[in-house]
Amino acid sequence: MLRVEGVWFRYENDDEVLRDVSLTIPRGGLVGVIGPNGSGKSTLLRLLGGLSTPSRGYLTLDDDDLTSLSRRTLACRVAMVPQETQLAFEYSVLEIVMMGRYPHLGAFSIEGPDDYRIVTRALESTGTAHLSARLFTTLSGGEKQRVVIASALTQLHGPRHTGTQLLLLDEPTASLDLGFQLEITELVRTLNAQGITVIVSTHDLNLASSLCHELVLLREGRVLAAGATTDLLTRNNVRALYGVEAQMTRNAATGHTLVVPIARTQPGQGL
Amino acid sequence: MSVRRRFFVTQALFGGGTLLVCCLAPLIGPTTISLTRVFDTAIPFAENVDAQIFFIARLPRMLAGALVGATLASAGVVLQALLRNPLATPFTLGVSAGASLGAMIVIIFGVRLSFLGVPATPLASFAGSLVAVGLVYSLARARGRGLSTNVLLLAGVTLNSLFSATILFVQYLADFSESFRAIRWVMGNLDVSSYDPILSALPMVGLAFVAFATLPRTLNLLALGTDHAATRGVNVLAAQRLAFVSASLATGAAVSVGGPIGFIGIIVPHIVRLLVGADHRVVLPASAMLGAAFLVTCDVGARTLMSPVELPVGVITALLGGPFFLWLLIRHS
Repeated sequence: MLRVEGVWFRYENDDEVLRDVSLTIPRGGLVGVIGPNGSGKSTLLRLLGGLSTPSRGYLTLDDDDLTSLSRRTLACRVAMVPQETQLAFEYSVLEIVMMGRYPHLGAFSIEGPDDYRIVTRALESTGTAHLSARLFTTLSGGEKQRVVIASALTQLHGPRHTGTQLLLLDEPTASLDLGFQLEITELVRTLNAQGITVIVSTHDLNLASSLCHELVLLREGRVLAAGATTDLLTRNNVRALYGVEAQMTRNAATGHTLVVPIARTQPGQGL
Repeated sequence: MSVRRRFFVTQALFGGGTLLVCCLAPLIGPTTISLTRVFDTAIPFAENVDAQIFFIARLPRMLAGALVGATLASAGVVLQALLRNPLATPFTLGVSAGASLGAMIVIIFGVRLSFLGVPATPLASFAGSLVAVGLVYSLARARGRGLSTNVLLLAGVTLNSLFSATILFVQYLADFSESFRAIRWVMGNLDVSSYDPILSALPMVGLAFVAFATLPRTLNLLALGTDHAATRGVNVLAAQRLAFVSASLATGAAVSVGGPIGFIGIIVPHIVRLLVGADHRVVLPASAMLGAAFLVTCDVGARTLMSPVELPVGVITALLGGPFFLWLLIRHS
């Protein structure tokens, strides 16, 4: 279980990005974080991934204080997939996925058969096994995203730890075309079904609607609402979040709420 | 092939090749020497010209070449990963020039300090390279996501001309014979003709390589970006500092022996990456070995190509490295 209690955060010489954020995310949850640009989505994910520490408040994972865990320990329990991965050198897909084993190995050790098994499983479950010998830079956007997710999975796979495994995805479909978006959505759903707790930040309300069990609505660094997706995806909330008038319909095929934006009702925040 | 197998096979091949080059190099030169005479203990050393050439002129020179080549190539690999740019090297970033300046100040002003047995020259070149790497590194940090090639090259040009100007100024203050000796710190030359500079640099080289040995896996992740590395469990700040200090140590030590010999740090790692891929656990040791073999070979060229005149080895590496660097620039843009 992940707990965020009264968390405030500001970057150096800047205004508060997160203001008094409190959340509880159960083990095995699949949670979407939505909100306009500058609402603090990415910052919240960075805090959960241990990349920044809150200026006030607490973050706990299975009752352990996140900020007191060493980088290595934290990495065995929380993995993050950034929006984009740019390489300075030509690594192969296998090498990238293998790098997920970093927190489990010492400085001088070389990966053994166990690590290979874990990597092979991650490649298979993300549908990237056939790419393993390819150079990462030659892959398409969707393939890259799946490989980075595979790398994150090998990172979470540790024999010592049996608690919550948290996967953070920062706008995983932002630069992908429709086909790849569906692929990634399906992959995330499968991983969640295997017991991994997933938090996704996204701009795509329909993605959030079809994928996430629960939503966190962020505006100007504050939690506007948090709860079940079906309860929160309403006209009023979309208006309050984005200043956009939208029509909500129910998709007959999947039963998910479909958000159709109609018009902007108030000017943007200019962030 | 598993990583383990590939690692050992690659290192064995590179190690064997380097050993071969290092054994052959002292035998080649304008004067032909016979190995049987070199090791013939029946002839007193004072009369054994072959042994004198071998032990006083060529062997220290080969050792210096191997040491400097291995060190500069490894420092290149580390800096490239640290700054996330394959065009970063001690020479192009101005780190070698900083080290040269440090060494030259000590020599020209005759500073006679030593610290834990390490004499002033290598210490001063370490200080010089530390200042230069520090400037580049803080520039990179201030700009966040690594250094773009443009900024990197501009920073290098600026630092290089700043240090070169200071070197010229210091030279101007010195008398003629001192400034003749100081040529090494401008051009790069392996004509050590004694084991002393090698021995004095050795502790720093040793320390740098111990640090390098802990780095490869971390360098792989730093090359993906600092955020990425941090979420994978890397203590980014500590890793960057270790990489930054050890690369400065290595460059300082190398420059104290041979001056600012250029382009080793870029030619060698690139060739290695083309041959074995990008994994730093293979690239770093292989680059050290190929660096040694490469510089020893270049030095054989420097000694023999225009014989009896000797070229500074820095001229050879620059003639090879300059076009190579341009080709890389064109390929990367």
